[in-house]
Amino acid sequence: MAIDKAEIEKIAILSRLKISDQEASELSDRLGDILAMVDTMQAVDTSGIEPMANPLDASQRLRADTVTETDQRERFQQIAPATEDGLYLVPKVIE
Amino acid sequence: MQWETVIGLEVHVQLATKSKIFSGASTTFGAAPNTQACAIDLAMPGTLPVVNEQALRYAIMFGLAINAEINQRSVFDRKNYFYPDLPKGYQTTQLDHPIVGPGVVEIPLSDGSHKSVRIHHAHLEEDAGKSLHDDFHGMSGIDLNRAGTPLIEIVSEPDMRNAEEAIAFAKKLHAIVTSLGISDGEMAQGSMRFDVNVSVRPKGQNEYGTRTETKNLNSFRFMEKAIALEVARQIDLIEDGGSVKQETRLYNGDTGEARSMRSKEEANDYRYFPCPDLLPVEIDDAVIQELRDNLPELPDAKAARFIARYGLSDYDAELLSSDRATAEYYETVVKACDDSKLAANWVSGELSARLNADETSIAHSPVTAPQLAGLIVRIKDNTISGKIAKQVFEAMWNREGDADTIIESKGLKQMSDSGELEAIVDQVLADNPDVVEQYRAADDKKRKKLLGGFMGPIMKATKGQANPGMVNQILVKKLNT
Repeated sequence: MAIDKAEIEKIAILSRLKISDQEASELSDRLGDILAMVDTMQAVDTSGIEPMANPLDASQRLRADTVTETDQRERFQQIAPATEDGLYLVPKVIE
Repeated sequence: MQWETVIGLEVHVQLATKSKIFSGASTTFGAAPNTQACAIDLAMPGTLPVVNEQALRYAIMFGLAINAEINQRSVFDRKNYFYPDLPKGYQTTQLDHPIVGPGVVEIPLSDGSHKSVRIHHAHLEEDAGKSLHDDFHGMSGIDLNRAGTPLIEIVSEPDMRNAEEAIAFAKKLHAIVTSLGISDGEMAQGSMRFDVNVSVRPKGQNEYGTRTETKNLNSFRFMEKAIALEVARQIDLIEDGGSVKQETRLYNGDTGEARSMRSKEEANDYRYFPCPDLLPVEIDDAVIQELRDNLPELPDAKAARFIARYGLSDYDAELLSSDRATAEYYETVVKACDDSKLAANWVSGELSARLNADETSIAHSPVTAPQLAGLIVRIKDNTISGKIAKQVFEAMWNREGDADTIIESKGLKQMSDSGELEAIVDQVLADNPDVVEQYRAADDKKRKKLLGGFMGPIMKATKGQANPGMVNQILVKKLNT
């Protein structure tokens, strides 16, 4: 299954990734290869088999509802590009 | 043309856990920005989520309360979208295997009848952070304290046909989750948020019209207004020869206006897939049975008990059982003042009017239940009249102390000294000889009315503090001799 440039551009917009025309056509080829492999796998007859949610045959471990984390804001914000009044600053987002 | 409105709701309820759904960070409301956002909430590389058991239990309790099937195996999925208050780039939620399957919620209608609203399912998910759009040098501020707070999203079938039914449904859900104690139900703090799906169709038509979704309404009043606005907009649009476009809309409570947020087809492609960081959740029969056995009293059962035990009207019982805090407040007042009717009148009357006016909730009422009981006791033992009691309540609301302190300091004690009252009655009768003549010539029915006419000047002379029962007795005695 091929994946065209328009599809690549749509995915890039959804992920807020800026890609050049050249990158778009490269990605189109590389993702096309991956999807070709998926096509091969699709050929296997899976009728009557329930899809797995996870390859591990196990169930989720749970944790008790207790507060175990302490405030480490200073440390986290040291690596943030911009902060103010304890907030992370990002390019303006208004819908 | 006659139009029919079709409404379905998606309701987000914050669960009252101490810690987040996938991390041990606190969920306390109102903390300084980002002080409750840990490495997991921030999506730091190398972190892994672990499911909070209490969040699961709360979701199951909701399912049991609406007689839904509990899915003993449920799966978390990733819903991918880009937004700065969602650091991971995806929301962990449940799509194909939600924890709560189909159920039913009964809602009361204003004509006294009931209607069943079907629940499609309810699933567990995490909340996002908050974007602050004040101007930070042309940037937006992000507070991630709320990121990872556990939510259940309750999705109804499109079973509601007008705003009244939608509000009744929303209020019933509020009553259920607060009665269960699985959410604090504080609407002003965003503990319950409603997305309203609205469409219209010609009456009698079977197919649904194209729907729009108005997102993130956080009060019953806004919900009612937003629905009315959207129904009118869609009908106008169609009657003018246009058609409704499927879109997400935002309602602004301050301006009372709504606008289109984004059209569904262009942006929404969430590319869901099972979350590889989380294994399927398995729930034992024993856990479900234990939760079922210990389910707290639900609103309908509570209302029935209030009617049977306290002799309340359907209306009062419904109102007072509508959330856990109100019900507990009411029962505390009844216990302390031993008068279920007066307690009901005060809680559903004066108190709820003041709470509404100040846009606060009963949990934050400046007048506590024991204080209100103290006031009612003074009405019952004739220390003050009902009218003066309102004045005392006002002072209590302004935190001037309990009822006895206020009655004492303001000198509001009811005048019950018969000698003093007789003198005042005599004076008023002497001032109105013509009315006295009329009274003596009148029949019983008319007499009653004329008697009331004397009360005004007597109350005026005593600054409203005369014991009305005693004044009545003295008046009748004097006028009949």
